[in-house]
Amino acid sequence: MGQAMNGTLNRGRAANYPLHRREVVAELLADRGDMLVVAGLGAPVWDCTAAGDHPLNFPLWGAMGGAAAMGLGLAMAQPDRRVLVITGDGEMLMGLGAMTTIGSQRPDNLAVVVCDNERYGETGMQLTHTAGGADLPAMALAAGFESASGISSDNEFKAALPAIRNAKGPGFWSIKIKAEGNPIGTMPPKDGVTLKDRFRSALLGNF
Amino acid sequence: MEPNEVDWTEANFSVLREWRVRQVAYVPDAGHSELIKRCDAADDMRLVPLTTEEEGIAVLAGAWLGDQRGVLLMQSSGVGNCINMLSLARICRFPLLMLVTMRGQWGEFNPWQVPMGQLTPKVLEASECLVFPVDDPARMGESVAAAARMTFEGSAQAAVLIGQSVIGAKSFGK
Repeated sequence: MGQAMNGTLNRGRAANYPLHRREVVAELLADRGDMLVVAGLGAPVWDCTAAGDHPLNFPLWGAMGGAAAMGLGLAMAQPDRRVLVITGDGEMLMGLGAMTTIGSQRPDNLAVVVCDNERYGETGMQLTHTAGGADLPAMALAAGFESASGISSDNEFKAALPAIRNAKGPGFWSIKIKAEGNPIGTMPPKDGVTLKDRFRSALLGNF
Repeated sequence: MEPNEVDWTEANFSVLREWRVRQVAYVPDAGHSELIKRCDAADDMRLVPLTTEEEGIAVLAGAWLGDQRGVLLMQSSGVGNCINMLSLARICRFPLLMLVTMRGQWGEFNPWQVPMGQLTPKVLEASECLVFPVDDPARMGESVAAAARMTFEGSAQAAVLIGQSVIGAKSFGK
C-alpha cells in the first residue's frame, strides 16, 4: 500500500535505535551555562521544555523550516554566546537551503542538532526522507559546516557532547533516536511576544 | 546606472545606516544591486545572501533576539515564498523591514512575473504587513524612513514596494 512502492524507505530500523529523545535533549541542556537555544517545532519543543523551561530557550510553535535560520541570525548577533538549535529531521528537511546559508556565513558559535527519528512525529509518524537515502550530516558538510557527524549510540553521544557545547563551528550533529511516542508533558508559553520578551530580557537585561 | 538610481539607493542606504541595521538578508534583484554593494562596503553591515526569502524572516527574528536590527531585500516574486514564515514575525511581533523591488507591475516584459507581481501587495496586506508602495523616486527615502520607524519603534512588519516606475521596467535589451 502507498509507500510500499518506495523500496528505499526503511520503515523498521528507527524503532530499534537505542537513544531516547527525552534523555538526549535533557543531557544536551544539562550544564547549559549561558547557551542560547532555539527549538524547532514539534517534539524538540516538548523535549526542551521537559528538560526545564528556560527564558533563553526560544521554542517555535510554528515557522517550520526556520529553526536553523533563526539560530544563524542569533549566532551572528551574539558572537560571544553559544547558540544551539535543537530540531527534528522533518523540520530540518524543510529548511535545507538554510544549511547552505549557514555554510556561507560560518558563525563559529553555532551548533545545530537534529533529533532524527526518521518520522514526522506530530502528524502520525509518517516517514521522512532520512528513512531513505537522505544523509543530513553529509549534506551539512557539503553545505560548508565546519564539522558534521551522525550519532547513533550512547557512547558516540557522550563523546560528542563537549564538541556540541564548545567546538568551533558551525557544527552539525544528527542524533538517531528511537521512533517512539512521548507524552507532550509541560508546554512552554505559547504567546510569541512573551517568549520574545523574556528571551531578550534574560539576554540583554533592560532592553 | 542612471543618476536617478544613485539618488534613491543612497537615500535608502542612509535610512538603514540611521537605524543601525546590521544584518542585510537578501535574495538579489537587479533593482537592489546598488544597495547591496553599498551595504557590502559598510563595515558594520553583514550581507546574508539567502537561498529563499523566508529564510530571511527567520534569520532576522534571530538577529532581533540577539539585539541586532536587519533588513530583508527581495523581489516581489519572493513575497510568495514568505507567507507562512511571516506568521513568525507577526505572532511574536518581531520587527521586520522588507524592501521589495516590484516585477510584473508596470511595463513588465515577462508575463510570468505578472501573477505574483499583482498579488504582492494583496498578499502582504492579507498577512497584516504595513505596505508602503513607492512609484516616485523622490519619495523613496522618506517612505523607507517611515517604514523603518514603524518597524523598529512599533515592532511592525513593513514592506516598501519599490515600483517598476522607480526602478525602470527590466527589458533584457528586448
